[in-house]
Amino acid sequence: MTNKVPMALEELHRSENDLAGELLQASDRHKVDHEIFYLGRDLARWSQEHVRELARIGEDYGLDLDPEPEDDTKLVARVRQKGAELLGRHHDPAVLLLRDLREIHRKAAGVSLDWEILAQTAQALKDKELLALTKRCHPQTLRQLRWANASLKVNAAQIMVTA
Amino acid sequence: MATIDRIAAPWGTRTPYGPGEHWPTRVDTHLTEGVSETDVDRWVQSATILHSNGDGLDIAVKDGRIVGVRGRAVDRVNHGRLGPKDLFGWQANNSPDRLTKPLIRRDGRLVETDWDTAMDAVAGRTKELLDERGPSSIGFYTTGQLFLEEYYTLALIGHGGIGTNHMDGNTRLCTATAAAALKESFACDGQPGSYTDIDHADVIALYGHNMAETQTVLWTRILDRLAGPNPPKIICVDPRETPVAREATVHLAPKPGTNVMLMNALLHEIVANDWVDHDYVEQHTVGFDELTKQLAAYPPDRAAEVCDVPVEDIREAAGILGHAERLLSTVLQGFYQSHQATAASVQVNNINIIRGMIGKPGCGILQMNGQPTAQNTRECGADGDLPAFRNWSNDSHVEDLAKVWNIDPMQIPHYSAPTHLMQMMRYVEDGSIRFLYVNGTNPAVSLPELARIREVLSQDRLFLVVQDIFLSETAQLADVVLPAATWGEKSGTFTNVDRTVHLSEKAVDPPGEARPDLDIFIDYARRLGLKDKDGQPLVKWTGPEGAFEAWKECSAGRPCDYTGLSYEKLRGGSGIQWPVNDEHPDGTEHIYVDGEFWSDPSYCESYGRDMVTGAPLEPDEYKSMNPSGKAVIKAAEFLPPHEEPSDAFPFVLTTGRTLYHFHTRTKTGRTPQLQQAAPEVWVEVSEYDAKQHGWNEGDLLRITTPRGRVEARCRVSGIRPGVVFLPFHYGYWDTPGGHAPEGEAGRAANELTITDWDPASKQPLFKSAAAIVERVRAGDGTPSAAPTTTGSKPMGELPVTTTGGEQALATEEMAGTRAGGAR
Repeated sequence: MTNKVPMALEELHRSENDLAGELLQASDRHKVDHEIFYLGRDLARWSQEHVRELARIGEDYGLDLDPEPEDDTKLVARVRQKGAELLGRHHDPAVLLLRDLREIHRKAAGVSLDWEILAQTAQALKDKELLALTKRCHPQTLRQLRWANASLKVNAAQIMVTA
Repeated sequence: MATIDRIAAPWGTRTPYGPGEHWPTRVDTHLTEGVSETDVDRWVQSATILHSNGDGLDIAVKDGRIVGVRGRAVDRVNHGRLGPKDLFGWQANNSPDRLTKPLIRRDGRLVETDWDTAMDAVAGRTKELLDERGPSSIGFYTTGQLFLEEYYTLALIGHGGIGTNHMDGNTRLCTATAAAALKESFACDGQPGSYTDIDHADVIALYGHNMAETQTVLWTRILDRLAGPNPPKIICVDPRETPVAREATVHLAPKPGTNVMLMNALLHEIVANDWVDHDYVEQHTVGFDELTKQLAAYPPDRAAEVCDVPVEDIREAAGILGHAERLLSTVLQGFYQSHQATAASVQVNNINIIRGMIGKPGCGILQMNGQPTAQNTRECGADGDLPAFRNWSNDSHVEDLAKVWNIDPMQIPHYSAPTHLMQMMRYVEDGSIRFLYVNGTNPAVSLPELARIREVLSQDRLFLVVQDIFLSETAQLADVVLPAATWGEKSGTFTNVDRTVHLSEKAVDPPGEARPDLDIFIDYARRLGLKDKDGQPLVKWTGPEGAFEAWKECSAGRPCDYTGLSYEKLRGGSGIQWPVNDEHPDGTEHIYVDGEFWSDPSYCESYGRDMVTGAPLEPDEYKSMNPSGKAVIKAAEFLPPHEEPSDAFPFVLTTGRTLYHFHTRTKTGRTPQLQQAAPEVWVEVSEYDAKQHGWNEGDLLRITTPRGRVEARCRVSGIRPGVVFLPFHYGYWDTPGGHAPEGEAGRAANELTITDWDPASKQPLFKSAAAIVERVRAGDGTPSAAPTTTGSKPMGELPVTTTGGEQALATEEMAGTRAGGAR
């Protein structure tokens, strides 16, 4: 039986990598907002782990997905952090924080839907291993999503009202 | 009547007792030299203010001055005992450098002024900013050391009058995780334990809680149990060899940052061996299945490796917890100020919950407080909470509060949780908060990463008001300094960890023009012209008793119900535990009896947060998880710490406190007996590291982190290898620098700490920084100034030990020895 599981896995592998990258970049850009800085990194780790798991299960479907997830802790990141520290005394860049949180939320929502598709597919195919993977990973995506929403709620009023 | 040097013997003389027996009375007294009990004009009822235990005491007054203190034999908390800080610390009240006049900054310098000028400046700047930038430009940072009446008034002014969301207490640094952990497990603050549980427990587990130094009288109670028949077993989790560790049946010294791993392994063993009260779990909890699933990944061998603790010790500790018949668990800064603070503290709750050991004598949890009145900061809504444990994300709670305050509900910001301190500092940094009113606390020494904090607080665009009793490091940076009265100079109530409410009455007048904090707040509200919706003054009281009566109305029907209390009822006898109401007219020793909780979705204070992301649960999420008001078992995954030791920064720095000092030493540093017991900063290193690097007792070491450097003399102690400890009390007010280090190296531990906090409780992490340690120069054989009686006890014999001599003598009067019996 042919099915579109490999396509779904490939898409998730791409979108999780993209989300990991977005979280890491937001983390770097907002080093002076310490909670964003640390949680961006902690939460990127979940996506990075999902990327590894997807690469592993992808082998069963004849895929050759890169198990090494997005990880930009290198030179570029350090330059960006320095910039964030210089900008830290000014209020306007805070608006960028809302934009970044919105972007994380959008991407996490996409990843969440991708997991939903995979979970439905796994159930239809009675693929227990694939279903177990979605049960392990999808809740973490939802937590990333809720974090982006909650962080935006905490910061929005201050940023918008006292500019 | 015996006398004893209470600096050399901080816990005094043993009065052994057995399980279920009455803890014998021992009345401790210290009077200033040349004054005897018969010379005292008046004894004025109060309670202790230099730690969180809440011991009842009487203040001795002679010729209008405080001349000493005596423990109250009738008080349920201390049965007459006092700790060294209580016996001697009152002398700071009489200190010649008390602030006695308001100060205002003119041409860059603080100069004396009158109250009208100072208050007009404070209220005037507030009004200007409200017009120009709105309430979000105004912030309040209060303390855990005022009285209930003052916090409630401040909460009304800030949340109800000005309408800002930016109000927090320094309780954020000490007890935020206590509250958060209780909110996660029971959906509400309030201690599911009582100090009397010590009288009954057969196992007492202390997690990151050096009780011997932080609550000396409570530890005395445990020492007396240990000296009596059938003593309890003690479990201690602490990377240092504290006095608690020395008494422990099992001492687990995990690597800093690994508490969740250790707790999960203990739970793993308890569940795997089925030491679980299944009936209790079935009837009164949700979440057990998820916990079981999560624990599969945390067998003791894995924890032994990650925490670097012997696996057999983990198993032994789990066995003791699993076989306990009456288990008391206590938690403090070793968990609260560490990585994954809330997640780890919640796992302590989980042990008591799955063992069904809550709400019965000997079965309790004490998520401890660090400060004397921290409970009131939380109850009254002067921190990141709304008054009387109302739920900011429950609209009907906010409407109810607005009714009590007679204002429009929209006036009370509740679009997100009240802003926590570290976020407020960020808003000050980015210039969106332009007015910060600090009272009774000293962020320029007590917050992490001090170089940053000094810069943030020194900005020209910030109007900084500091209300304090001394010219603290923070006050030196202020635009206006308001001189406050302190304990003994004003009346009010405060509540300790185990919900005991005490009355503290005015004994003497404050010095000079200093005024009670309550009077200053009311004056501020009047100058701002704050009104309710009928145009009447928003703050309707003029003194403490009026404020207390108003608070009773606000607390009616809430968990912290004070309606059955009054000043009259609190006068003369013991402190009383809330709730006190028609149902419980004499107070409540245990809450959560028979698995009844305050966690119903319509009643609870909090819906909880994700312990990793900190995201609050939405009302619907909570309702579907816990529809019928049970205890919530929340599992937690272990995450690696954010700053781990590396080749460049090979040590882990942890910070903490010593028995002889409180906070930034504003009072204890001005108390000769206490200051001499711990006169200057030291650094503790392990015997192993000392040998490896050739460091000796007394050598001057430099500790460096990416944030700064500190120099301190070396104490070789029983701390675990790879970890170094600095006490955080030492700032700069008594150094030439005034508010900052003079040279490159400072002495405040917070020069070094990291700006990072627990996502759920928002408590800063003071116990996880990676550091370099080097020797600056060898000592001359003189030991460091660290106390020898406490957690800083040296490994070998030293030529000197910590004693207080003649001036540190206090009397002890055992039960039955006093004429007329116990008073």
